[in-house]
Amino acid sequence: MSSNPTRSFARQDAIFARSTQFFAVLVLVTLAAIIISLIHGAWPTITKVGPKFFVDASWDPVRSLFGGLAPLWGTLITATIAMIIAVPVSFGIAIFLTEMCPPILKRPLGTAVELLAAIPSIIYGMWGLFVFAPLFGEHIQPLLSATLGKLPVIGALFQGPTIGIGVLTAGIILSVMVIPFTASVMRDVFETTPPILKESAYGLGATTWEVVWNVVLPYTKTGVVGGVMLGLGRALGETMAVTFVIGNAYNISLALFEPGNSIASSLANEFNEASDPLHLSALIALGLVLFLLTFCVLAASRWMLANLAKREGKRT
Amino acid sequence: MNGNPRATNPIYRRRVWVNRFNLVMSLATMTFGMAFLIWILVTLFGKGFAALSPTLFTQMTPPPGSDGGLANAIFGSLMMVGTAIFIATPIGIMAGIYLAEVGRDSWIAKVTRFVNDILLSAPSIVIGLFVYAVIVFQFKQYSGWAGATALAIIAVPVVVRTTENMLQLVPNSLREAAYAVGAPLWQVVLKVTIKSVRGGVITGILLALARISGETAPLLFTALNNQFWSTDMGAPMANLPVVIFQFAMSPYEDWQRLAWAGALLITLTVLLLNILARTVFRQKTQ
Repeated sequence: MSSNPTRSFARQDAIFARSTQFFAVLVLVTLAAIIISLIHGAWPTITKVGPKFFVDASWDPVRSLFGGLAPLWGTLITATIAMIIAVPVSFGIAIFLTEMCPPILKRPLGTAVELLAAIPSIIYGMWGLFVFAPLFGEHIQPLLSATLGKLPVIGALFQGPTIGIGVLTAGIILSVMVIPFTASVMRDVFETTPPILKESAYGLGATTWEVVWNVVLPYTKTGVVGGVMLGLGRALGETMAVTFVIGNAYNISLALFEPGNSIASSLANEFNEASDPLHLSALIALGLVLFLLTFCVLAASRWMLANLAKREGKRT
Repeated sequence: MNGNPRATNPIYRRRVWVNRFNLVMSLATMTFGMAFLIWILVTLFGKGFAALSPTLFTQMTPPPGSDGGLANAIFGSLMMVGTAIFIATPIGIMAGIYLAEVGRDSWIAKVTRFVNDILLSAPSIVIGLFVYAVIVFQFKQYSGWAGATALAIIAVPVVVRTTENMLQLVPNSLREAAYAVGAPLWQVVLKVTIKSVRGGVITGILLALARISGETAPLLFTALNNQFWSTDMGAPMANLPVVIFQFAMSPYEDWQRLAWAGALLITLTVLLLNILARTVFRQKTQ
């Protein structure tokens, strides 16, 4: 060591800081590389098909027709169904865990929900294919088409073959998968409400529901929306839970019993079989669309959750 | 009744009923959610344990119609997941240190934090596409390395996130004490702060391990699958998730049984890792 240890420390620190920075930048580079490589891979489709990709519904590898509307529609519709079910249910679970649950059960139930969020999605897909879809096709779908299917306007949704496989099934399986995830985010968010606020409302005679609706929810609004968006991000990009039950058919229909395809399931089903370069590039273009879509949703979600955290930071 | 305003005043009565109705709904959603999840687990354990046998661990994945096991798939999964964690851990810890100790509020740190959060929830199939484009397509070869790379890309954000969060829990007085005796930054970090949150960092690695153990989508276009025993990371490699996918989608009953057995193995591993991560963390923070 030199006569002046401080100077060599400074040099060591500079090396240390640079090397940690290198790895942080590596994370940034990964994201950039993902986007660049997807654009590069999708380039033949971008130039040959162009913006028509988003409005053209004909996907026919044999005739080299690649319109991305059908899988895009499938992705959006399954994610919408999933969120319609998952949002209220997760909200209810989060209220139960934060406001109603007996203290002894709070921890085990909370942990159970978190563990369920960790179960690999392929398990949900298998369960959907072997257990849920047959039951759903045999008992629930005939019931739905006989009741809701007869109604004007929304009746159009509950049509199609009652075989258990289809867009609606995929949406339901997705919702089951997203629920534990969204519920645990919402619970964490609810718990940021300062007890003093809740106690003052209770002290004024508010009921539990009034406290949740008028105190907890307004206080945690952005966080709740952030949690929902995070769940939506999952639902949009989920592959395995959907591929098993969606039916793998390129079609756009309001009838929810019909088989369909999401972007992720088209990729999982076709990518390895695609030999035509344009087919490959169309699939990569779908991947790019999916990535940009989830990027926007996740970015919005992070922004909202960060806002909540910032406010909480100010308070303490 | 008895002059109790709650029983007579319609406003009170309405509020009480709204409250009761909504709390019952909340209880119902909890039951609904739990029922589905218990249903899934019961199915999985029922079918999985029925298909479990010692030959799973000794025999290779069979052609349809004959007996076999999952030995090559289990081995392939262990190889790729192990390699991925081995790559992801140092990257993740170093980047986490940068965010919490070095960069802090600099713009690079802010952007990295944001990007890391996006990658944390990015669709895993897109990561598979990316690795296909940069590795498989370039070398014209599906390989275990490609699979491990895809898994590592998914694991890194998890490690970064937990490392950073854990380091932020370290009280500043600890850092100040180390600085006060003349330690340079790198010694403060490596000998004081990181050491004090070792348990938390291990938790992050275990969670990352749990996350990638069940990932199927990124392996479809990278590691592909292999019917035979192979230890060559440069060639297509069998792995549990893809075998489960392929076997479950097949019409053959033997294959479907093996798929359930594999699904059980994966779920048990993931749950065990999660529980382990929780207990490690709890011990270390106490």
